[in-house]
Amino acid sequence: MTVAIPLTISEALDALSSNPDARLIQGGTDMMVEINFNHLKPHNIIALRRIKELRTWTKNTDGSITIGAGVPYQEMETGELKQLVPALAEAARTVGSPQIRAAGTLGGNLGTCSPAGDGLPVLFAVDAVVHLQSNEVSRQLSIHDFMLGVKRNARNANEIITAVTIPVLNGWQGYTKVGVRNAMVISVASACLAVDKPTKSVRIALGAVGPTIIRCRDAESWLTQQFDLSTSTKIELDLAKEFGRRVALESKPIDDHRSTAEYRRHAVSVLAQRLITRAYPS
Amino acid sequence: MSATKQDVRSRDTLGASALRPDGVAKVTGAFSFSSDMWAENMLWGATLRSPHPYARIISIDTTPALLISGVSAVLTAQDVPGKATYGLISADQPVFASEYVRYMGEPVAIVAADHPETCRRALEAIIVNYEVLTPVVDPELAMLSSTELIHPDGNLIRHQHIVHGDPNAASDITVEGNYTIGMQDQAFLGLEAAMAFPDSGGNGVELHIATQWLHEDRGQIAACLALPEENVRLVLGGVGGAFGAREDISLQVHCCLLALRTGKPIKMQYSREESFFGHVHRHPAKIWMKHHATKDGKIVKIESRMVFDGGAYTSTSPAVLINGITHTQGPYQCDNAIVDGYAVRTNNPPCGAMRGFGVVQACFAHESQMDLLAAACGLSPVDVRLKNAMRTGDKLITGQTVESVAPVERCIRETDAIPMPEPMSQKANVLEFPGGSGRTADRHNIIRGVGWGVSIKNLMYSEGFDDYATARCTLSDGVASLKFATSEVGQGFVTLAPQIARSVLGIDEVVLETSDTQIGSAGSTSASRQTWMSGGAVDGACRLVRERLFEHVGKLHNIDPIRLMVENTDIIDTVGTFRISVSDATQGITISETFEHHHRKTEDLDENGQGNCHVAFAFVAHRAVVDVDVELGLVKVVQIATAQDVGRVLNPLSAIGQLEGGIAQGLGLAVMEEIIMDNGRVKNPSFTDYLLPTALDAPRVVAIMIEEPEPQAPLGAKGIGEPPCISVTPAIVAAIRSATGKALLRVPVRPQDICL
Repeated sequence: MTVAIPLTISEALDALSSNPDARLIQGGTDMMVEINFNHLKPHNIIALRRIKELRTWTKNTDGSITIGAGVPYQEMETGELKQLVPALAEAARTVGSPQIRAAGTLGGNLGTCSPAGDGLPVLFAVDAVVHLQSNEVSRQLSIHDFMLGVKRNARNANEIITAVTIPVLNGWQGYTKVGVRNAMVISVASACLAVDKPTKSVRIALGAVGPTIIRCRDAESWLTQQFDLSTSTKIELDLAKEFGRRVALESKPIDDHRSTAEYRRHAVSVLAQRLITRAYPS
Repeated sequence: MSATKQDVRSRDTLGASALRPDGVAKVTGAFSFSSDMWAENMLWGATLRSPHPYARIISIDTTPALLISGVSAVLTAQDVPGKATYGLISADQPVFASEYVRYMGEPVAIVAADHPETCRRALEAIIVNYEVLTPVVDPELAMLSSTELIHPDGNLIRHQHIVHGDPNAASDITVEGNYTIGMQDQAFLGLEAAMAFPDSGGNGVELHIATQWLHEDRGQIAACLALPEENVRLVLGGVGGAFGAREDISLQVHCCLLALRTGKPIKMQYSREESFFGHVHRHPAKIWMKHHATKDGKIVKIESRMVFDGGAYTSTSPAVLINGITHTQGPYQCDNAIVDGYAVRTNNPPCGAMRGFGVVQACFAHESQMDLLAAACGLSPVDVRLKNAMRTGDKLITGQTVESVAPVERCIRETDAIPMPEPMSQKANVLEFPGGSGRTADRHNIIRGVGWGVSIKNLMYSEGFDDYATARCTLSDGVASLKFATSEVGQGFVTLAPQIARSVLGIDEVVLETSDTQIGSAGSTSASRQTWMSGGAVDGACRLVRERLFEHVGKLHNIDPIRLMVENTDIIDTVGTFRISVSDATQGITISETFEHHHRKTEDLDENGQGNCHVAFAFVAHRAVVDVDVELGLVKVVQIATAQDVGRVLNPLSAIGQLEGGIAQGLGLAVMEEIIMDNGRVKNPSFTDYLLPTALDAPRVVAIMIEEPEPQAPLGAKGIGEPPCISVTPAIVAAIRSATGKALLRVPVRPQDICL
């Protein structure tokens, strides 16, 4: 097995073009588990962790922010990133233990593309854009086009996920996740809701209740018709409940050893109702 | 988790919060666990396990594995020189499956190679042809005479009937329920690991092993190896928790076989996933129970039927079953009873010992019943328990008289007097809400509930077993050295033993010799027994040494030894002025004594389940306060109040550690810990999906230790390891019931059980 330890993106891309079957490792919180379970036997590894360019985030002139694929969750939990994207901070706090949050990254979440990935519902709710780079081209892909299925994404073998651009919205946003214990738990169902007042839009994305993260566009547009998202401050209980019911209709959960489809469907309806009520509490 | 006053004494004698001698090393990572062992020229061992819950082995071809460079040995059933099977009670478990595999994960072959990766490739290269069979996974079906026998010994491991008093006794009120207990794992953090060194010539082996009972292992290993016991020497490796999971043989025989075959040291260690298949679990059980009572809530009669799923092999199932059914009544008076218990063989993973040992299952049922009874009689949960509370001198449904101190009423009253937690404050951190870091709940979604659980637990082994313990004390130049085979698995005997020696002998420096089989048995570190049993042995050995020291000093100074006593670190003449430090008195001499401690004899049960089968009992009460997100079914245990009958506190810090740890483990069974089975297959063999409580799940514990010294116990102290995890589970479930109004007849309680 070879391990390349590039210090720049271009070194990493060179390594990747000479070893197209190489596995990219960022924080390793997914890949090392796969290796330990013997599900994965990589012959070549490119370790991205020492690439400084990937470990920074920047504010863009249009107000959006671009977070490097190697920024650990720990950095999203507090500080300015929390101010700008509160839902991401809440999602980051639900990831594993402090040790895991010091290692895990959005790049890894995107690379693995599990429907239970804690950061992904946030990216879906805010319409994030994924930056991909190969030796030949750079391209940007909407998160909605990036995630294709359970652990499947649109990254080409010669590309590295370098960053994700997140629009900074004007409105309440929050994330919530159900697990069977109170911390360090894999998602049974999760939801991110984000309001953008200038565009009078509400977005809700669900995790762990379908093969991909699910944006509930029917429920979103229904609510937009019922309720003025830019001027209202309080949502009625019945409306919030109906929103939850409609959100659940768009989920596609399954039965597995972690939970049942019935519970997951119920849970996302409750989560959606609670999130919209948090957005419009009084 | 809790605030307790620590008794800081100038000397670390009995009653002081002496610190663990291995504490700093464990916290800093310097402690050598059995998985840290290493030897020059060692090889690695690994195990091929059945992928099927039930199958016939048509053929095994090991040749492709032997062709791999670096592979030194591949062994199967035909390579076992001695007895082909082992087992704690009945030797019905094969060292390797030969004709049939009876559970998923059963060992089929082992390999030795130069590297773990070579081992893995060798395991992959072994070709096993299986004829896959339909597993028998329902104990009720397995018991039917029409069901295929999945083992030559039959599918019914044990049935025991209990009838006591008047089985036709009449009553005003009856309450009944059908209860289900899921399969819990001990989930110790230090995984199974061992290292075996072959003797030159191959006539013996030395095994360094993380185990609960060196001598029991030795007997089983020697029989399988066809070696005399004295040629098999066991040394205790660093143990990272046990909770019952290290009572049975796991990799012991395998590791020795490879060492003897290759002539090299062999290291074996399980991964977390393999560990879920490599040790027994807590028995899943189904319990029907019916209480008959007067209209004012006094129990008249209890009927019960308990079915314990023993899995594929016997392990300790017969003893677990007896513990379950003989504790049917709980810590309550009951004159009449009819109980039937069945331990049944299935193609599920073998089940055996786990903290609480059968009583956990019975307690969930009897405590759920007590709440039903309270409701039926219009009594509070506290009053119904006080009304029926057992006392010293009461008879159990086995006819045995409870001679132990039995402060059940005091446990309940003192728990009841512990202040309730404050209502959730406006400033409460969302992380403290049910759902924790998932931020699922808002304050108005949360309902608080309160529930009770009280339990009785037998201490030591039962049914005629003489589980004695041995210790040797050697005193020389003011230093005592202690030798015993007691397994330190984390419970703190390495802290307690020196405290005993200091108290008895008046010395400060105590050296612990290696725990191994070069001395008599200490019995198992289980059944809440080592403080009583090995503590009794250390105490006895130290007292013998002290007697001889008094004789020596008396002779030297012309004082009748009967007048001498130890005061702090001096020997004094109780009727004169003579005084000499123990250190000075022992310069240049060596006194060594060995002592065996035996507990009182017990009896087998007769065909009606009558007999003095248990040694002694301990009691505890738990009151749980929980916050429940009723809509999502998520739970946060806010506070556990407990008063435990401990006899005497020998080390306050160590004691509270046992209470808090047991409570966390009982909480796990109440709301999250379960091995999920699907037709004989384990679905969650990892810590991703087998969930243990985290710091955010652990409650605040407010504990009271009730000290009424137990006359039978050598140090006055009862075992305290198991009781904390027993009645806390039903207390938490009762609290969830009180918050939700749901019946909740099954543990663990799952979110969907609460909200759907």
